[in-house]
Amino acid sequence: MIRLENVSVQFEQRRALADIDLTLNEKRIGIVGANGSGKSTFARLLNGLQIATSGRVLIDDLDAAKDGRKLRRHVGFVFQNPDNQIVYPVVEEDIAFGLKPLKLSKEEVSRRIDEVLARYDLTEFKSHPSHLLSGGQKQLLAISGVLVMAPRYIVFDEPTTLLDLRNRNRVQRAIAELDQTVITVSHDLDLIADYDRVLAFEAGRVALDGPPSEVLPKYREMMA
Amino acid sequence: MIAGLYIDGQSALHRAAAGAKILAMVALGTGVFLIPDWPVVAVVLATVLLLYPLSNFGPRIIWGQIKPILWLLVIFFALQLWLNDWQAGLLVVTRIAAIVMFASLVTLTTKTSDLLASLERAMQPLKPLGVNPERVSLAISMVLRFIPVIAQVAGEIRDAQRARGLDRSIVAMVVPLIIRTLKMADDVADAIDARSFD
Repeated sequence: MIRLENVSVQFEQRRALADIDLTLNEKRIGIVGANGSGKSTFARLLNGLQIATSGRVLIDDLDAAKDGRKLRRHVGFVFQNPDNQIVYPVVEEDIAFGLKPLKLSKEEVSRRIDEVLARYDLTEFKSHPSHLLSGGQKQLLAISGVLVMAPRYIVFDEPTTLLDLRNRNRVQRAIAELDQTVITVSHDLDLIADYDRVLAFEAGRVALDGPPSEVLPKYREMMA
Repeated sequence: MIAGLYIDGQSALHRAAAGAKILAMVALGTGVFLIPDWPVVAVVLATVLLLYPLSNFGPRIIWGQIKPILWLLVIFFALQLWLNDWQAGLLVVTRIAAIVMFASLVTLTTKTSDLLASLERAMQPLKPLGVNPERVSLAISMVLRFIPVIAQVAGEIRDAQRARGLDRSIVAMVVPLIIRTLKMADDVADAIDARSFD
C-alpha cells in the first residue's frame, strides 16, 4: 500500500506539491497532468529520489525519508529516456548492475539475466553494445534492469514519450504483463485507459481522482 | 566503437580469467621492450597473431585491429630508418604491433564487466586509503557507455545548428552540448540512485 500523509514539496520559490493526502491500493495507477503540474515530483517521491519537504511517504512499512536504500529495492523506477538509465556498455552488464549490492552467486546472476532477457526477446542481444539497440529495445532493457531486482512496485515516468508507435505498443504490452503494482506517469492517455485508478494533477494538487472512465474525459475537457 | 570491442565466443582465451589476461598483457608489454632483436619480437608478434584464429577471429577482425595504427607504424618505421637503420625500424614496429594486437585480443575476448571486476579486486588494498573500487569501476564503465551517447548528442546538435545555418559556429555547437551533457549527468545520477547503488 502507498500512503502519502499531507505531503508537500517546495523548490526554492516554487511549491511543486501541496498537501497531498492519498492512499493507493490499486494494481494499476495512472498519473496525468500538464508540464509542471507536479506529477513527476509525485512519482519521484515514491522511489525516494525526492524527499518531501513536509509530510510522510509510506510504501508498505517503509518510510521514504528514513529507508531510502530499502525503498529503492522495493520500488523500481523506469525513466523517460532509457539512454540516461543504462549505465553499462553491454546489455547483460547493465542488467547485472542492479544485482551487485545483493552479492549473488555468478550462476544466480546469470540465471536472472537470462530469464529477463528471454521475457523481452532480448536474448540474442545479451552481449550486444547497449547503445546499438533500438529505442524500444533500450526501454525494454531499462525495464529489465529494474525487473531483475524483483521490486514490489514499478514507477514509469513517461515511458513511451520517445518511442514510435510499434515500440510504444511493445512497451505498453510489457507493462501490462507485469505482476508488480505499476504507477505510470504519462501524457499518453491511451496507455493508462484500462488502469484501475487515475490521478490528474494541477498546480501541485490532485484535481481529479477516480477510474479512468471518469477522470480521462474530464481531464481532456480540463486541457481543452 | 570502444563499447563494442568484446565479441562473444567459447575459445580458451574467452574462458581464461580476466586477471590472468591483464597480467599477460603487462608481461608481454614489458617483455618486448627487453628483447633487443627484431626477429625474436617478430616471433612474439606471429604468436600473438596465431592466437586470433585460435580464438575464432578471422582476417577481417585482425585487419580491423591493425588498420587504425597502420599510419603510426609507417611513421615510426620511416623515422627509425632515417635516424638509425631498417633493423631498428622493424624492432620498433614489431614491438608496437605485438602490444596493440595482444591488447586488442584481450578486449575482444574479455567482457568489460570481467575486466572491471579484476580491476576492482586489484584495487581492494587501496580501500584503507579512501579509494572505493566499486565507484572507480562504475566511473570507467560509464565513460565507455557514454562516449557513443555523447557522440550521438553532438551529431543531433550539429544537424540542428546546420539547419539554422550555424554550422561554422563553435559556440552554437559547444554550449548546447555542455548543457545537454550536464542535464544528462543529473539524470544518470538519479538513475543510479534509483537502482540502489551505494
